[in-house]
Amino acid sequence: MRESQWWLISLGAAALMVLLLTVHMGLMHLAGLLRAAGVDLGDVRSFAAVMARGRSAVQLIFYLLFLAAALYHGLYGLRSVLLEVTPPRRQGLLSGLVLLAGLAAFAYGTYVTVRTFTG
Amino acid sequence: MRSGRALRLHTPPRRLGVRGWVYAGRYGIDRYLYLLQRVSGLGLVLYLFLHIYETGVRLRGEAAWTATMALFRHPVFVFLEFVVFAGFVYHALNGLRLIVAELGWALGAPSRPVYPYRSSLRRHRPWVYALMLLSGILLALAAADIFALPG
Amino acid sequence: MRAKDGLQGRAAAESAAAVVTVRVFRFHPETSAPPRYQDYRVPAAPGMTVLDALVHIKERLDATLAYRSSCRMGICGSCGMFINGFPRLACQTQLHTLGSLVQVEPLPNYPVVRDVVPDLEPMVRHHTSVRPFLIRKDGEREPPTAEYLQTPEELEGYLQFAYCIKCGLCLAACPTVATDPDFTGPQALAQAYRYCADSRDDGLAARRAALDSLHGVWRCHLAGACTEACPKGVDPALAIQLLKRLAVATALGLGRRRLAPQAPPPVAVQRRPDIPAPPPPTVEVRHGGGSG
Repeated sequence: MRESQWWLISLGAAALMVLLLTVHMGLMHLAGLLRAAGVDLGDVRSFAAVMARGRSAVQLIFYLLFLAAALYHGLYGLRSVLLEVTPPRRQGLLSGLVLLAGLAAFAYGTYVTVRTFTG
Repeated sequence: MRSGRALRLHTPPRRLGVRGWVYAGRYGIDRYLYLLQRVSGLGLVLYLFLHIYETGVRLRGEAAWTATMALFRHPVFVFLEFVVFAGFVYHALNGLRLIVAELGWALGAPSRPVYPYRSSLRRHRPWVYALMLLSGILLALAAADIFALPG
Repeated sequence: MRAKDGLQGRAAAESAAAVVTVRVFRFHPETSAPPRYQDYRVPAAPGMTVLDALVHIKERLDATLAYRSSCRMGICGSCGMFINGFPRLACQTQLHTLGSLVQVEPLPNYPVVRDVVPDLEPMVRHHTSVRPFLIRKDGEREPPTAEYLQTPEELEGYLQFAYCIKCGLCLAACPTVATDPDFTGPQALAQAYRYCADSRDDGLAARRAALDSLHGVWRCHLAGACTEACPKGVDPALAIQLLKRLAVATALGLGRRRLAPQAPPPVAVQRRPDIPAPPPPTVEVRHGGGSG
């Protein structure tokens, strides 16, 4: 595959994340503002609230998509930065390590999300 | 004429290295927007890994979760949360600008160079100002929420 | 005598002019001496450029100074140097804009031949790698029999980037070139776009390996330093972003631009009666192309 195709996927992931992260940030970090605007979500970070959210199917899809997009975009960017300071012989190794880290993080995140979903 | 191979140079290139990312001379704002995009991106990737790990704490039961949340209410963590949010706001807004610019839009068409040259990046500058304004507004809102409002 | 008056007049003018300190990077790689800076006091008459100052130093103060220059009017691209914190052409940098200390160093990101002379081989190597010439698959090149037809709009689409004088200032400015030796560089990428966007060219596929690759266009992150440094307004950053658009469009299979056709042979044309016919050829033309 050409490099431009990998880059386009990263771009797509970025565009997707602008939406998903805005929702996530709004929920998690701007609860105070939302309350001031009249939308009271309760304590979003309490154990009960977290587990309740985790059991909805919509949340499951949301988080898995979000996790994939975030890991792909973030690690593509990390690899881009590190590529410029890695000698040519080690660049394949770099890509391999980054891919491994991404798969491991995705596996763990999926495990956590699915465990929460199934209770 | 003999090819350049006949001249054996003993010096490697005087590359600036990573220092060249940070400061290499009297360049304009676009270079620093690029640097900040890199820094915020690297910071967010680091945060992402820590965050994925931290969400797994819920599987250890309510007590562990509530203790972790209590830890994150410490002022240092609240400040770091704001820093992460600031990084996200800048990276996302600048990223949207870069998506547009790196696909060749919002830079204007090629035109014959007539001195004093008005480069595509100069023509593109309003986007940068809009980005800075929007970032400022969102950061002010976030600061109000994270530091001022209860909960 | 007129010459003597002239010399006296010039000496008087120089003593009345300001004096600037020119701090020059001195480095002789063939010796083991480390690089150092050397200060020279140079009288700065109005209108003097940094190149004029270097010429003055070499002629009057220190003949061992090495620098590269040629046209002294900003068109050959030889005198690129890092002057007071920015890459510039020495012949186009007025002393009066620089203050009382003028620091002259060789361009960063290149090896140094001696003093402020860079070895531009990295730029030349990358330039060659993008095949900066018209590539046509239909084989109509040597010998050409007719011109290609190109509209003025098609010309405007790439002409700006044809003004490159290969001075190398953009590679000195680029942050990616600062760390990545394999990066094709803004000069080569801008020239690649100049040919890919030329309607007479059909070489996008031929250049793909050099451009749409790990160290091609995708190592550019729009820092824009190349455009800032360019002394001829070529705007390589614009060329590179347009090249990215081209790469993405090709990857997605979208839109091919029109390929400039060859001019059709003139039909039913008669020579004007007042124009004489050409004389018979005096050199034998051996290849199979048309003649006359």
